[in-house]
Amino acid sequence: MEWKELLIRYGELSTKGRNRNAFTGRLRDNIRYAFADLPKFQIVTERDRMFIRPNDQYTMDQLIERLPRIFGIQSFSPVASCSLDLEDIKHTAIKVVESLERTDKTFKVTVKRSYKPFEMETNELQKFVGSHVLRTFPEIKVQMKKPDIDLHVEVRRDAVYMMAQVIQGAGGLPIGSNGKSLLMLSGGIDSPVAGYQMLKRGVRLDAIHFYSPPYTSELSKEKVMDLAEKLSRFGASVKLHIIPFTAIQQEIQKQIPENVSMTTTRRMMMRIADLVREDTNALAIVTGESLGQVASQTLESLTAINAVTTTPVLRPLIAYDKLDIIDIAQEIDTYDISIRPYEDCCTIFTPASPKTKPKLEKVEFYESFKTFDEMITQAVTEREIIMFPKKKQDKFSDLL
Amino acid sequence: MKRSTTVYYFDHSATTKPHKDVLDTFVKVNEEYYANSSSIHELGVEAHMLLSRARKQIADILKTDETKVIFTSGGTESNHFAIHGLAKSLQSRGKHIITSSIEHPSVLESMKQLEAQGYEIDYLPVNDKGIVLVEEVKTRLRKDTIVVSIMHINNELGSMQPIDQIAKVVHLNSRAIFHVDAIQSFGKYPVSFSVLGADVITLSGHKFNGLKGSGIVAWKNHLSFEPIIVGGGQESGLRSGTVPVAQAVAFAKAMRMAHENQLLMLSTYIRWNIKLRTFLNQFRDVRILSPDEAAAHILTISVRNIKGEVLVNALQAKGIIVSTSSACSSKQTKISHVIEAIGLSDDYKKGVIRISLGTSNTDLQIEEFIKHFSTIMKQIKGD
Repeated sequence: MEWKELLIRYGELSTKGRNRNAFTGRLRDNIRYAFADLPKFQIVTERDRMFIRPNDQYTMDQLIERLPRIFGIQSFSPVASCSLDLEDIKHTAIKVVESLERTDKTFKVTVKRSYKPFEMETNELQKFVGSHVLRTFPEIKVQMKKPDIDLHVEVRRDAVYMMAQVIQGAGGLPIGSNGKSLLMLSGGIDSPVAGYQMLKRGVRLDAIHFYSPPYTSELSKEKVMDLAEKLSRFGASVKLHIIPFTAIQQEIQKQIPENVSMTTTRRMMMRIADLVREDTNALAIVTGESLGQVASQTLESLTAINAVTTTPVLRPLIAYDKLDIIDIAQEIDTYDISIRPYEDCCTIFTPASPKTKPKLEKVEFYESFKTFDEMITQAVTEREIIMFPKKKQDKFSDLL
Repeated sequence: MKRSTTVYYFDHSATTKPHKDVLDTFVKVNEEYYANSSSIHELGVEAHMLLSRARKQIADILKTDETKVIFTSGGTESNHFAIHGLAKSLQSRGKHIITSSIEHPSVLESMKQLEAQGYEIDYLPVNDKGIVLVEEVKTRLRKDTIVVSIMHINNELGSMQPIDQIAKVVHLNSRAIFHVDAIQSFGKYPVSFSVLGADVITLSGHKFNGLKGSGIVAWKNHLSFEPIIVGGGQESGLRSGTVPVAQAVAFAKAMRMAHENQLLMLSTYIRWNIKLRTFLNQFRDVRILSPDEAAAHILTISVRNIKGEVLVNALQAKGIIVSTSSACSSKQTKISHVIEAIGLSDDYKKGVIRISLGTSNTDLQIEEFIKHFSTIMKQIKGD
């Protein structure tokens, strides 16, 4: 089937009152950015919908495949067009319906006739198209209320436009319409999902990862890079900050009693994250914490960890079940990366029985014997920053 | 008989000569990235990254994603993996499989094995052009049909199956998985999941100037396969054994080059095909078995009451390399199942030879073929 254009419905954007123009403009820019690799295409923004008109079939296929990942789109439909000739209209209607699953489906035709000199009236054209489709596909039945297939026929001056398929979009808000946050990206299953949830609410992301060579391998770093790459596919670049964490971890091992070392480790991570957040002009810190999942995610632990900063710490997964998180991870294609079995910095020095109810005063007391400030500043300045999506590495290109 | 010193190679469907750049890649990867791609040290990670890039490149050309491509030892293993792997993992849904009667032996023999294990196999007949009728596929689909396996281009006749139409029928009328053996078509005709509509595609490297001993299986949507080769769990557990990174990268390179040249080469094959057909049609005793609609790079003919082997040898004496039907079956004296399937009369059955074109051919070589074939026909037939 050769489609002429795509009609895009905004969804939640429609309720955004006077900010609407900023939102639609943002969405248009995000679409341009996400499809920068394709030949140029036209985008027409209207009040409650948007049209995209690619110039070739490949671009159209790519758009149909990748648009469901762009936030701020509720749904979209491929639109076919034909001349005002009745035979042509019949033929196109058949082709449009043919491209859909039809067994046990109900159907209706909706006609909009903005070009009034057209030879048939609205009802006449409706019957004309409907009866022809029904004759061709005896397996479908007519139903006026909530049909499975609603074939829209719009007669304009230049051509007749037709569509029937409604493809679900990702929903949410266009990325960038809600500021920037810093995501703590561990390499596990939860944090990329938390990042995704924030992206979906229009938040732009930087990500921070703690790396402890030689205890953690190149592969664990590569894993986090792959996750950042995946997140960058949702329509906005992601900057990954990799923090050298070995020295601090070793110091914690030395100074802090084993059963609260985990809490201190998290507090140090949070302090570093807060510095990086400040440096990158992000407004909040995002984590993948889910209440009660592990020792560091009890309310007591969260309180002790959170005490190091007044920055809002957003925890979009706090009330999610693990299985629901896994479902989303699979949907957004990060699950397979997350379950690669490499050690990360949280797992290498795990105490046998970490405190699930650490007392803030005690933790602060233990930490008071050693000032970590200098090490923290050093870790922040020595961080490695990588942009995603990454430019192609060309080391291998002559081999391929 | 002594072989002539210059060689005009017209047996590309049996195998092709590896491209120089592909060989360079193979050597370079073996020299620099020889580490085991499953190792966690830096060298291993590098090899792993290179392997991932190769896999991604293959997935991009076929229009799927890189988690749905595995490397194998070639076309035969790929077909085995696809058919056995799917049949085993889907057996709870049914045990009915549809294939055609002119598939490659790697498919047909797999089917026989499955038959012995209690699967029910439907072999679709073909018409005199070697083509499966789409309607026939539809009538044989059942609730318990789990796999439909049809080749894109037949290796002996070049007949091209209406794969996109079959895909539609299969998907509209059943839950069966549609496997397409595209080993003879990749690089000659457009092959991808979007063009063919297949669920699983198998390819072999040495058919498009890659290396022997390398193949792939690719699939479009999430599918589970029961592995045939088990062990260390490489290739996501689907095909154990240390992954030969150099073969894989060489495969990706050969595939990219074949893909880039596909359109240009196809127009050349069509030109040569027309020229050869016009020439061969002059002979009263020569019958062109490849249907007019067949793929342009395979031209199978038969000479009345002459053994194929005699023709192969006579042409070889002039430096022209062709084969009797397919290389796999040409050493056996029995009539090929494909030739039987199209119902050829007895006086033509034995004189079958296949001329298969490829990237190494030139306009001049086509002229040479025409010249020498005429001479030979004069000698043996007095034409």
